[in-house]
Amino acid sequence: MGLGMAKLVYLVPLFPLIGFLINGLGRKFLSKSLIGLIGSGVILASFAVSLGIFFEVKQAGFHPVIITLFDFIKVSAFNIPFAFQVDHLSSLFLLIITGVGFLIHIYSTAYMHEEKTEHYGRYFAYLNLFVFSMLFLVLGANYLIMFIGWEGVGLCSYLLIGYWFKNNNYNYAARKAFVMNRIGDVGFLLAVFWILSKLGTVTYQEVFAKSSAFSTYEVTGITMLLFVGAMGKSAQIPLYTWLPDAMAGPTPVSALIHAATMVTAGIYMIVRSNVLYTMAPATQSVVALIGLATAFLAATIALKQNDIKKVLAYSTVSQLGYMFLGLGVGAYTGAVFHVMTHAFFKALLFLGAGSVIHAMQNQQDIRAMGGLKKYMPVTHITFLLACLAISGIPPFSGFFSKDEILAAAYENNKFFWIVGVITAGMTAFYMFRLYAMTFLGHFRGTHDQEHHLHESPSAMTIPLIILAILSVIGGFVGIPEVFAPDAHALQHFLSPVIAKSDEASETLSHSTEMMLMAVSVGIALIAIIYAWTRFSKKPEIAEPEGAGKFFANKWYIDELYNTIIVKPLLSLATIFKNVVEKSGIDAVVNGVGRGVQYAGRQIRLMQSGQVGNYILLMVLSIVLMIILIFYGNNLNPVFNYFSK
Amino acid sequence: MPITYYITLSIVLFCIGVVGVLTRRNAIIIFMCVELMLNAVNLLLVAFSRMHNNIALARVPASSAGIDSQLFVFFIMVVAAAEVCVGLSIIVMMYRNTHSVDVNFLNRLKN
Repeated sequence: MGLGMAKLVYLVPLFPLIGFLINGLGRKFLSKSLIGLIGSGVILASFAVSLGIFFEVKQAGFHPVIITLFDFIKVSAFNIPFAFQVDHLSSLFLLIITGVGFLIHIYSTAYMHEEKTEHYGRYFAYLNLFVFSMLFLVLGANYLIMFIGWEGVGLCSYLLIGYWFKNNNYNYAARKAFVMNRIGDVGFLLAVFWILSKLGTVTYQEVFAKSSAFSTYEVTGITMLLFVGAMGKSAQIPLYTWLPDAMAGPTPVSALIHAATMVTAGIYMIVRSNVLYTMAPATQSVVALIGLATAFLAATIALKQNDIKKVLAYSTVSQLGYMFLGLGVGAYTGAVFHVMTHAFFKALLFLGAGSVIHAMQNQQDIRAMGGLKKYMPVTHITFLLACLAISGIPPFSGFFSKDEILAAAYENNKFFWIVGVITAGMTAFYMFRLYAMTFLGHFRGTHDQEHHLHESPSAMTIPLIILAILSVIGGFVGIPEVFAPDAHALQHFLSPVIAKSDEASETLSHSTEMMLMAVSVGIALIAIIYAWTRFSKKPEIAEPEGAGKFFANKWYIDELYNTIIVKPLLSLATIFKNVVEKSGIDAVVNGVGRGVQYAGRQIRLMQSGQVGNYILLMVLSIVLMIILIFYGNNLNPVFNYFSK
Repeated sequence: MPITYYITLSIVLFCIGVVGVLTRRNAIIIFMCVELMLNAVNLLLVAFSRMHNNIALARVPASSAGIDSQLFVFFIMVVAAAEVCVGLSIIVMMYRNTHSVDVNFLNRLKN
């Protein structure tokens, strides 16, 4: 078998790059169907190669393969190769990215069909560029290549959030996402520099092999800085506010970038660096706490949102918080597992929401929906399945992954588990509030909208169906020990890349674990039934009061940031602009100019045109020269002083 | 006669020339003052030449050291005569244009 497919790994990012170039350069000449075909086809090709790689990696005794394309940076002792690493973790992410990515590309061909051809081409070019960058991110064999992908996905996220650039609010949202990500990137970059200065290499295998060279203080600092990067990219407190605003982009973009792939880059990065994180318990506690706080905060906000995409956005933030909780308590497999199942059901939810928005003619407010069940059967069923999956109802995929994280949390700290279960209950509640207000009850939109209601075309429903199947069965790759011994396929698969992680469920007794599952499923079920019965009959139309208002206004976090960061910065900038720039720098520059002008005006008077004056000046100059020549030696100290 | 007398006379003549050039407005007088400066320098050249020759004669009889400057002065006078020729013709042209020999009328160099 050898290196058959793994050697071809460079093809995986190459295909989307080709698609980006063709669609980007030819967006004015190509027809829409050709653009859609190229855009989706290149991802399908990548997916095929990824599948081949996956099956090769899956074989027993596979060792990670490094494919070095060329030397990227070679300066004296530093040698950073341009290399890809094929191993269990990256091959799994390849499948998620290209698989879900392909479905979303197919979906986009129908969803974006009303765009002008030129913009349609631009959209697919960006989307392909995004997939290319994301593949770079997970394939890189060192932190620098990962950083290139990391920046690439940030750029694509910016471009796609601001895709409808004629709307200034969307541009502001794009800018916010970019700036927030940049804050995180500084942390990431500093961590990379720190590793480089300490070890002289950033290649994963070498860094992890030499990781014992780090002191506790260093490894804590590095992992904290890496986590700052993850905070920005994966929308954790305090850098999460960009993600809900990022919903300004087209809905498939939200599904691909802001739910399934890009925002999980932070989780990928921490799993990739799990050797370092296991060495730094202090960082792990911080990761767990931040993850938990984010999960809880975002869930409370999602309870009261009325924009269908905003609910899903806060739900994403909350689920990402879960993943970080898993990482913080050492359940790396659980976090990757949740990344995978979340990619399925959250992409499905977003695509379903897109289907609804499409049918509702760009109406996103769930208060103006309702009763869509009978108009859109496929969307309805798939959305319901996704809601069950995210709520953690067995045997849907979310149950297994969420349970694994919660079990690990319970073993680590009971408080984590309690908050986690409360959050899971809230998740079930707001998802079914969303479901009930959208699909149940009677239609609350305008008559014109009702007339237009229709099921989406098959290019949109087929991806929904496939993702729904994956959301239902996706959990069976990670059946916990308590149901069937030795059936956690994902854990076996990932065990070579996750060093000595103490998976929690192994030490919990089976009866305890069953009890934990029963409690979390019970709470979720109660929340679902309550939300279902309440919101299908009496939808929540009125403006919320009290605590609800506090949640609906997102804890006033945006206002808080505005007051303590944005406004002081702006006023500082105004001071610099008016005082330092205008009366400082401008005064000096203009002063030099004015001084030269003034001197010129004065010296001009010497040119009087009177021959006598010229002669007088000439004589005086000659006298001066004679004095200098004959008595100049006595002036030497003065000259020396100036010539120094 | 000591050399200092000649030097003093030269300086006096030269200074008279300079002051004349600076203070007078009549082009002809300015011209004469220029000639005065020139000849002050000429006088100095001859005086030094003679001094040089005397010192050489005291050491070596019939020495010709320094004698060539005395010849050189004649050339200067010839060149000066040619220069006077040009200068006077300029003054004649000036008079034809301005009906005056006052140099202050020649202020068109300004601007």
